[in-house]
Amino acid sequence: MRVLAAMSGGVDSAVAAARAVEAGHEVVGVHLALSAKPGTLRTGARGCCTVEDAHDARRAADVLGIPFYVWDFAERFTEDVIEDFVAEYAAGRTPNPCLRCNEKIKFEALLDKAIALGFDAVCTGHYAQLSTVDGRPELRRAVDEGKDQSYVLASLTEDQLAHAMFPLGDTVKEQVRAEAATRGLAVAAKPDSHDICFIPDGDTRSFLTDKLGEQAGLLVDDETGAVLGRHTGVHGFTVGQRHGLGIDAPAPDGRPRYVLALEPVSGTVRVGSAAKLDVTAIDAARPVVHVDWDGLVECTAQVRAHGGTASAVAEVVDGTVRVTLREPLRGVAPGQAVVLYRDDVVLASATITGTR
Amino acid sequence: MAYLDHAATTPMHPLAVAAMTEALSTLGNASSLHTSGRRARRAVEEAREDIADALGARPSEVIFTAGGTESDNLAVKGIYWARERPRVLASTVEHHAVLDAVQWLGEDAVGWLEVDGHGRVQPWTLAEDLDTASDHEAIGLVTIMWANNEVGTINPIRELAEVAAAHGVPLHTDAVQAVGSVPVDFAESGASALTLTGHKLGGPYGVGALLLKRDVKCTPLLHGGGQERDVHSGTLNVPAIVGFAAAVRASVEDDSARVRALRDELVAAVKRAVPDAVLNGDPVDRLPGNAHFTFPGCEGDSLLMLLDAKGIECSTGSACTAGVAQPSHVLLAMGLEPAAARGSLRFSLGHTSTSEDVAALAEAIGPAVERARNAGIAGMRRSGSTVRM
Repeated sequence: MRVLAAMSGGVDSAVAAARAVEAGHEVVGVHLALSAKPGTLRTGARGCCTVEDAHDARRAADVLGIPFYVWDFAERFTEDVIEDFVAEYAAGRTPNPCLRCNEKIKFEALLDKAIALGFDAVCTGHYAQLSTVDGRPELRRAVDEGKDQSYVLASLTEDQLAHAMFPLGDTVKEQVRAEAATRGLAVAAKPDSHDICFIPDGDTRSFLTDKLGEQAGLLVDDETGAVLGRHTGVHGFTVGQRHGLGIDAPAPDGRPRYVLALEPVSGTVRVGSAAKLDVTAIDAARPVVHVDWDGLVECTAQVRAHGGTASAVAEVVDGTVRVTLREPLRGVAPGQAVVLYRDDVVLASATITGTR
Repeated sequence: MAYLDHAATTPMHPLAVAAMTEALSTLGNASSLHTSGRRARRAVEEAREDIADALGARPSEVIFTAGGTESDNLAVKGIYWARERPRVLASTVEHHAVLDAVQWLGEDAVGWLEVDGHGRVQPWTLAEDLDTASDHEAIGLVTIMWANNEVGTINPIRELAEVAAAHGVPLHTDAVQAVGSVPVDFAESGASALTLTGHKLGGPYGVGALLLKRDVKCTPLLHGGGQERDVHSGTLNVPAIVGFAAAVRASVEDDSARVRALRDELVAAVKRAVPDAVLNGDPVDRLPGNAHFTFPGCEGDSLLMLLDAKGIECSTGSACTAGVAQPSHVLLAMGLEPAAARGSLRFSLGHTSTSEDVAALAEAIGPAVERARNAGIAGMRRSGSTVRM
């Protein structure tokens, strides 16, 4: 097969590309330049990280002996990921930009271009297992549970998955690093990236305030309706958040308060006790179903990238997924995905719209 | 492999390799006073005389540097500083070695000379800009490239220098692409300073020269031994200078008609395979080895990859640090739309090019353009169009 390996400059995508080469595929490496364009002056270069990452990816491709190019997807990334991220927060939801990037950039913009240019698949360093069962792609959790990224890949369609390749799903991260070292890849010891790539300083709140400005509103006690404080924008909050609420007085019972709900139209942030964060039912829209079922299905529901799982029963009604949890989950934020698993097999993914 | 990127760098001329190889194993600092030093000095001075002779300059006008970027920086900044006038006029299509150097001098220090649709600065444009410059924005230097590195258009340097001289302003020209490709005579051109570099004409990397008229003051960028007329310091790179001079001689003597005929063959072949391909730059008065096309509906990076896979090497324009092809400032200045600028490729031939290279491109370009067009359409598919479930 002709395989296009997306190479971020990190250890995972480098080893994934190496494995694709070793499997006998004809591999071309591509680094996606995603950060916003520099000014008209070329002297104002991109952020140093991007240039450095592109360099690391290039050096990995050199070691693998594959052609390497840098493709500019900054415009698509800005429109489809960053602007969406900002709009979602403005609407009081909590988006997952990595999921969105997989959906719109790696397995849409990049995949479409790759297919048109004669490639058969896009290979990435994601940790997830992908196989074909009865002619359909089957997505499963990675062997390395701590690294498992099936959650951020579950919203890919059957067609997208049919052209995807995740060579690291059967390996734990430590082994991937060891393998990188054995293969002579200089990125073997490069630290993992954790933060949102377009917010390098990790300060999401000030990033959003820059984009959205200050939109004053009230912090309200969910139970009593009492005004507890003021804030500068609902986009500074996420359901389940405890720190940085800016409330002076402690709760009457002395227990910590959490964000329970965001109401962007009125600018209200509802806060209350941890117990009120418990959710037992989830509604989710725009489902992508990988394994069909009739009526109710026993499954495990996952509501964020890491952790947040509970056994559940789910059904699809009129294009909406209704999930009833057998045990309560906390901090379930609209905008995140709910992904349903049977054992380690992904059944479906959908976007959380409401909780009860 | 068909190497069609001679404008990026061209193979070293065998005579230059031979001359440089011999010099590499010869001891001597050209500034030393003993026998070895004198031998090294003699090699440098013979090289200087050869280059001067080949380019219509006097030997004392040849200042050796580390290459085109350094020569451009030295000329632009050095003459600007020495003249103590507030502004430099530069064309909008200069190489980054000039563009970024003048921008570095400060926003108020630069006036931009517009180009026509072929990327050429017309003498009347320069005259108008010089006429209308008031005292507080007096021009200290004009810098206009001899031939454009992307689209190959040749500027009327002699006429431009005449206009500048009539206003008492020196003219610097970046002739990196011109020397060895078209006749260049420094004295006849009327330019006060001229940049050339080794590796674009069959010499080694890391060596170049600034031809600088004796009466033009130039403040040095580097301070030290003052080896080159006190304008440039640093131990002379004897082997590179020797190889450089051999290459200048060989390239000037080389018959450009052969390359020009190959280039015309290439243009015809591309037009046959892709009838709507647009040749950018002046169709006639251009560098003999340059062919620059816009392929409507294509992205240059897609085409480059597809051709690379077929063993055909070309360029999308000047490369960027991160390796991303930004739309070329040259093409934008010529009035092309950003999409057209992104869909452009440069093929450049040189002294080792053959008709087999052209034939390889003729065979590959049609299918590559077709495929890149499909990829371009795929790229235009907007978010939200994907049907789920």
